[in-house]
Amino acid sequence: MSETITETKPVTMIQALNMALADAMAEDDRVLVLGEDVGDKQEGGIVGVTKGLSSQFGTGRVKATPISEQAILGAAIGASLAGYKPVAEIMLMNFTTVAMDMIVNHAAKLRFMSGGQTHVPIVIRTMTGAGFGTGGQHGDYFEAWFAHVAGIKVVAPSNPADGYGLMRAAIEDPDPVLFIENMPSYWTPGPAPERGSRVEIGKARIARAGSDVTLVTYSRATNDCLAAAEALAADGIQAEVIDLRTIAPWDRAAVFASVEKTGRAVIVHEAVREHGVGAEIAAELSDAFFGKLKAPVKRIGAAFCPVPFSKPLETAFVPQAAGIEATVRGIL
Amino acid sequence: MSNYPKPDRAALVEIYRRADLIKQNDEKVIREIKAGRLVTPYYSPRGQEIIPSALSASLTDEDYICTIYRGTHDMLAKGFPLPELWGELAGRVTGSCKGKGGTMHLTYPAKGMMVTTGIVGSSLPIATGLAWAAQLEGKGRVSVAYFGDGAANIGAFHESLNMAGLWKLPAIFVCQNNLYSEHTTFADSTAVERLSQRAAGYGMPGVTVDGNDPEAMFGAAKMAIERARAGEGPTLIEALTYRFNGHVMGDADRYMDKAEKAEAIAADPVPRLRQRLLDAGVAEDEIAGIERANAEAIAAAVEAAYAADLPDVAELKRDVFAHEIA
Repeated sequence: MSETITETKPVTMIQALNMALADAMAEDDRVLVLGEDVGDKQEGGIVGVTKGLSSQFGTGRVKATPISEQAILGAAIGASLAGYKPVAEIMLMNFTTVAMDMIVNHAAKLRFMSGGQTHVPIVIRTMTGAGFGTGGQHGDYFEAWFAHVAGIKVVAPSNPADGYGLMRAAIEDPDPVLFIENMPSYWTPGPAPERGSRVEIGKARIARAGSDVTLVTYSRATNDCLAAAEALAADGIQAEVIDLRTIAPWDRAAVFASVEKTGRAVIVHEAVREHGVGAEIAAELSDAFFGKLKAPVKRIGAAFCPVPFSKPLETAFVPQAAGIEATVRGIL
Repeated sequence: MSNYPKPDRAALVEIYRRADLIKQNDEKVIREIKAGRLVTPYYSPRGQEIIPSALSASLTDEDYICTIYRGTHDMLAKGFPLPELWGELAGRVTGSCKGKGGTMHLTYPAKGMMVTTGIVGSSLPIATGLAWAAQLEGKGRVSVAYFGDGAANIGAFHESLNMAGLWKLPAIFVCQNNLYSEHTTFADSTAVERLSQRAAGYGMPGVTVDGNDPEAMFGAAKMAIERARAGEGPTLIEALTYRFNGHVMGDADRYMDKAEKAEAIAADPVPRLRQRLLDAGVAEDEIAGIERANAEAIAAAVEAAYAADLPDVAELKRDVFAHEIA
């Protein structure tokens, strides 16, 4: 698949990630891919992110696995301890729940518990997001759980170019990286990445500059924030949109610099608001800017319920541009 | 089992050297804890010495092992250096993990000791991954997962054995069946009589051996290791043994059958092997020399550990990630 993509045409997230994996595997023999359905015999993954890889690099390095999430991650962890750089796919983020022990107790902790003698340079790819009517067990954003564990990094690109650059950086990172892909926006085209480029883990991007309010976001919610900013601009309200790109460790410097300028902050994510990443950022902002903020820090997240099925419920569950816009207007 | 390879005299002496080291080390740990000089939870491997001592005879430093919280015997049998072991038990900077892992997370990758886990069953998936790496590398390394009978009933066992059987990985799954998962007997927790029966479900050979018999254990392990090195795939070994000191130190053992325990202790495999060596003509002086050397090495390691520094609190920010946390 990667061979047919020119670098000037827009690409989808699927194509960008496919290019990143192919380029990384071509550059470094130690890079491996494993997961359910990832081989070409299985159509290169459920949405085709790994299409072509097993044909190009062989079924030794691109391993289609049984539906065995603990064994998939155990295989990745073990291979990484021996010097390989596995990219393991846990098809859906909800499926991480059956492999939490491998992620939390092992991948994240072996470096520390061994006093630095071993480390686990793996990437765990996983997709999620509401919008497909998949109901309560296929679309949750659980990033806060992982961000809460010392020893694992969490990234969530919002566009194909960042997807490519973050994947290249995640594969090279010496620590485990959980790589969250948004399912409904997989097919949305965006500017093509520069082949070989890297997006530094831990660095946010100013997706839109503004001076009146800072919208802090990541993953698909970035698009909603940009849409809200566009609507606000029509009334002369300039929202600055910070796409974190990395959730853990998040780019405090970039967020603080923006809030220093705007004096207002709204944190937006698709995960439920309660105990979410937004709470951590809001707490840090109140600590750093106590007495200097022009308005209370606001958080926007999904409704505090399981992801619902019926379309009007599902639409209302997820934060939307209109709600973000209304929240901003409320603090101006 | 008559076709099993047999250990020669030198191999049996070496198995005894390791088993005695484990036994004496265990006794020393318990004495130090009781004296209040050592503060650590401790899962005594006493009674299970022969299993890793006999198995490690067929491993090299290049081969991998992953074990569990009751794992000091597995580590010592594979050559874990005593100073780094005691440094770790005592939480000192000289510990293999700089005092950051402790008794349940002993690690020494220089000799292939990759993971000690405190989570029942979790040695298996990671050992499976190490076996995958060994297969990709193609140099004949093998990967051993040690675990207990309790772990045979957790999902990780099923996923790992299926994957290893499917991919014909060079893995050896060694269940040290000491007849208790924590406080529950094997019979009360397991639907089959012999865990080796389960191997058939994963397309691999399964064997039950007397893990306290050095010749049987040596033979079964050597067969499995050679099979893995030859690329013929994994083996499940159920090594029958007994746990002399309960689940965790301080555990009053009231759930254990007294007669059963007394019988197991009367058949203590370490002095039994000593007698076997004497019967085979090994001189008392040679055996006593091995025991003395083990005792001296342990004593020196303990003294060195207590004399070493405790870690600086700055260590809380190190080894969380590759780069120190600001």
